[in-house]
Amino acid sequence: MAASRISARTVRGSLVLLGIGLLGGCGGRQSALDPAGPGARRIAGLWWGFFAISVVVFVVVMFFVLWALVLRRGPDVTPRPGGDRAVVLAGVVVPVLVLVGVYGAGLHVMTEQRTTGHKAAFAIDVIGHDWWWEVRYPDQRIVTANEIHIPVGRPVTVRLATKDVIHSFWVPSLQSKTDLVPGKSNETWLLADHAGRFRGQCAEYCGLQHAGMGFVVIADPPAVFDAWVAQESGDRTAPTTASAQRGEQVFESQSCASCHTIRGTTAGGTLGPDLTHFGSRSTLGAGVAPNDRGWLGGWIANSQTVKPGNLMPPQPLDPQELRSLLDYLEGLK
Amino acid sequence: MTSVAEAVTRPGAAAREVPAGRRPGWWGTVLFLLTDVAVFAAMLASYFYLRFAANSEWPPAGIEVPKLLKPAILTVLLVPSSIPLIWADLGIKKGQRGRLIAGVSLTFLMGAAFLGVQYTEYAEKLKEYGPSSNAYGSLFYLITGWHGFHVLVGLLGLAFVLAAAISGRITKHHHARVRMIALFWHTVDAVWIAIVATVYLSPHL
Amino acid sequence: MTTVAERVSAEHAVGEQLTAIWEESPGLHSWFATVDHKRIGRRYLFTAALFFVFAGLEAMAMRTQLARPDEHLLTPEAYNQLFTLHGTTMIFLFATPMLFGFGNVLVPLMIGARDMAFPRLNAFGYWVFASSGFLMSASLLFGAAPDGGWFSYVPLTEKAYLPGAGTDVYCVGLLLLGISTTAGAINFIVTALTMRAPGMSLNRVPMFVWSIVVTSFLVLFALPVLNVDNAMLFLDRRWGYHFFDRAHGGDAVLWQHLFWLFGHPDVYIIVLPALGIVSSIVPVFARRPLAAYPLLVLSTIGTGVIGFGVWVHHMFAVGLPQLALSFFSAASLIITIPAGIQIFSWAITIALGRLVVRTPMLFVLGFLAVFVMGGVTGVMFAVVPFDQQTTDSYFVVAHFHYVLFGGAVFPILGALYFWLPKITGRMLSERLGRWSFWIVLLGFNLTFLPMHIQGLLGMPRRVYTYQSGLGWDLWNMLETIGAYILLVGLALTLFNILRSLRSGPVAPDNPWGGESLEWATSSPPAPYNFAVVPTVHSLHPMWDEQTLATMVADRDDPERALTDGKLGLRTSDLDGIAEHPLELPEETLTPFVTAAGLLAIALGFLLGHYVIAYVGAGITVIGIWGWQWPKREPQEASA
Repeated sequence: MAASRISARTVRGSLVLLGIGLLGGCGGRQSALDPAGPGARRIAGLWWGFFAISVVVFVVVMFFVLWALVLRRGPDVTPRPGGDRAVVLAGVVVPVLVLVGVYGAGLHVMTEQRTTGHKAAFAIDVIGHDWWWEVRYPDQRIVTANEIHIPVGRPVTVRLATKDVIHSFWVPSLQSKTDLVPGKSNETWLLADHAGRFRGQCAEYCGLQHAGMGFVVIADPPAVFDAWVAQESGDRTAPTTASAQRGEQVFESQSCASCHTIRGTTAGGTLGPDLTHFGSRSTLGAGVAPNDRGWLGGWIANSQTVKPGNLMPPQPLDPQELRSLLDYLEGLK
Repeated sequence: MTSVAEAVTRPGAAAREVPAGRRPGWWGTVLFLLTDVAVFAAMLASYFYLRFAANSEWPPAGIEVPKLLKPAILTVLLVPSSIPLIWADLGIKKGQRGRLIAGVSLTFLMGAAFLGVQYTEYAEKLKEYGPSSNAYGSLFYLITGWHGFHVLVGLLGLAFVLAAAISGRITKHHHARVRMIALFWHTVDAVWIAIVATVYLSPHL
Repeated sequence: MTTVAERVSAEHAVGEQLTAIWEESPGLHSWFATVDHKRIGRRYLFTAALFFVFAGLEAMAMRTQLARPDEHLLTPEAYNQLFTLHGTTMIFLFATPMLFGFGNVLVPLMIGARDMAFPRLNAFGYWVFASSGFLMSASLLFGAAPDGGWFSYVPLTEKAYLPGAGTDVYCVGLLLLGISTTAGAINFIVTALTMRAPGMSLNRVPMFVWSIVVTSFLVLFALPVLNVDNAMLFLDRRWGYHFFDRAHGGDAVLWQHLFWLFGHPDVYIIVLPALGIVSSIVPVFARRPLAAYPLLVLSTIGTGVIGFGVWVHHMFAVGLPQLALSFFSAASLIITIPAGIQIFSWAITIALGRLVVRTPMLFVLGFLAVFVMGGVTGVMFAVVPFDQQTTDSYFVVAHFHYVLFGGAVFPILGALYFWLPKITGRMLSERLGRWSFWIVLLGFNLTFLPMHIQGLLGMPRRVYTYQSGLGWDLWNMLETIGAYILLVGLALTLFNILRSLRSGPVAPDNPWGGESLEWATSSPPAPYNFAVVPTVHSLHPMWDEQTLATMVADRDDPERALTDGKLGLRTSDLDGIAEHPLELPEETLTPFVTAAGLLAIALGFLLGHYVIAYVGAGITVIGIWGWQWPKREPQEASA
């Protein structure tokens, strides 16, 4: 009896297409089955191998059940004794062989994962906060938040720390997750072999807005990456219009400055994300909303309506001030 | 029929001399003590974990290495207190109720003295550091405090035995409870030795 | 195969005398004072089922919230309490108490004993469980339910980040519950060791009893570690201790080590008794003994022992040294072997036997499919890099629901259909049972199978909502539909039980043709269980023709009829040779009073009104004093 033959690749391909097909939106890829770098690709390979073995194991066990259901029922059937040796063969001998293979594959990938990280081009620091990601490039003198740019084809070391509770840094298309643990200095690495946007999310329950602690990793071709570095490492783009200049004054004089930094102004607060180049980021609130004027206005007025429980209090500003502020922030490219 | 079945079913089998197993109550006490000791084991393991995770001086700066005089006194009070209890237990096996009462009373006094000295030790130490000073303090007071609580419970158990003995409820043929409470007391003694080694002696190494 | 004639004959001889001694009085006093293992076991089953319903409704609320992206039916505060309570309730208040409930009813019956070794301790255990459970559940009504996740990681659960009472409820509630579970474990071990019927040597002990005993040893060593962890967290929160805070010499990872040192054995505490249930059902519906019984016993013990050596596999993403990860990866793979032995023993027994399909067996077959699926993803998690990609995502949520629902709930449902006739004296509807099974199987798989895909597509766990466009929308909707189907399937079994209690057909002694001694009693059993203690000749006392004969032959043997008081029989630890009668206690309020005292202590600590705790301590001491005060009448000589 020949069951219909579906090749592994077809199954894999279909699932991936299904997955991608159901993706969409501007968030970026967030799938371990759609790897964009060796960190995730090796693990995806493990998955398909394990999946195949699992199907075989399941079929073998269910074979006994189906055998009994079809052939061993009814008053004419006499129960047969024994089976002890079969139990040892199926339950000990075969599993040991399979598991040794599984362990070997795991060790191999584990070693490769470790050695890839040693060849990193430079290191960045990611510090977890409730509920956003502080991102620092010490070598390039960049401070930003919730968005990481890496050059295509070159590994980047990511040093992980936390300001408060345990978080976990997970960008499934590129790399497995590593926790941010108080008192521990954990490290991981990112390597993309082609350009793209890859979404990540905190993967360790960290309180009220654990669900709203997203980030994005953008892999740029080298020229684009260098341009980004040049732009980001400088101070803020000075406001050119009167409204934007008024906006900067609002920012410096209102409570914004007590929590946020914009380099090149007097605002030097460190409780919230650095906003020096906020205008160039695609999302706000650690990925909970797009960074467009409407959402930004709502966020500033009362971010609790966008991300309830987050640590930014509502900002009562009159409409004029708010408009200027928006003009200013939009210009911070 | 198997020989076991034969042995138990033939006439007169019930009268056959079989070495009697321990009472269920004895087994229950032993199992309880196993799980109780496991609690102390987890605490002592946490002590060593935090000590070596700290990777800095131990005790932390500002706290002296534990002095050994008080722990020595405490040990001398507690560990030998098992001896009168064993003597009392053996006594009641022979029906000597007076011996039971005397031995248990002596153990009680030594145990109470232990708690008294521990009280003075705490009073002294609290001037230097408390449980909310740092992890070292938290560990010290947790481990010794939980043990002290066990001594208190042991004293209650000894008082129970005394009360039952004085009321005539413990006799030559009915004294299982003495053994069970004695097992508890001896275990608390043994745990104390492990605590002395961990909390008082190991920082000197 | 239905009415056991030997049982009738034995009861005819001495039943009336024994009933006069053993029957507990009707009325309110007896309800609080009972020490009958069958009544207490029933109570465990009922109360655990109630918590299953609570936890299930919590899950329904969560699934409804997650059906669509960016849904706002639940606030994050509410959702976080729900997922914490769902996990905590299912694991601590449903799974183990339900299985201990079956243990309570069945262990004495399966070993041919009249009650547990410590009937008062048994009652005490139930009261403490009930009070702990209601303490933790009632907190939801006050908006003070735990909300730090069922494994409560620090620093999140320290006062600075979760200042509400929820985590205090968690710590105190679990400390209280730990006392109950430990009491039950001690009782099971001593009962199985000392009170087996004559002739029941260790190699004739039913698999379910073995699994309960091994589980009980796991409890004795695992629960203390959890208790220390919870005590430390409570001390940190309440009095500013520093076990877990880095700045003062503590370590957040210590919480995790202690928790999982308990937590991994805990999954075996849940699964092993359930596997024991499977071992009870398979031989009956395959009409032959289990294959490789000695291997099954060794596998049960082996799983328990190795289970203490794998805990770090819950911490593969924490940043521990590679050498440690390699070791725990290997250990986590090795533990597959004893599980596999059991699976193949059942599968081969079924394939070689004559399969009779009734509802209990349907749930066992469903268990085989579902548990194996959970097991194979478990093997994947033993591989470090794979774990690091999929832990804390919906993939792991899928995995543990497959092993827990498959490995515990399916056997429990099978056990209900199998043993409720014995416990209540009423048969359940076979037709409703089959419908329930198929709908549960469909609903379960529709709910949890897509979660594997969803996790690989990057959805983390414990999120109260998610964005559209990430590829998760369709799966979430399917899962919510599946959850409602599952609800219907489970409701059918509930309805089946309620209807059977009211008007089900009367159950005979042995409706299924079972092999173990519980089927040698009436349905429900008489208060004294066995009128004449049988002498056991094999691992299958109901099938070997000699064991039952002894119930008639020994009618006049005072050491088997034991009519001289409320007596059990002590037999030797290994070989089951009869030794002497054991006096068992009458009904008494002292366990209830002691438990009430403990509850007061817990409340006092929880609320910070320590006067209540002192009063509670006094009540506890009085309760234990009264409980243990020696009787005026002669007792047994000590060992």
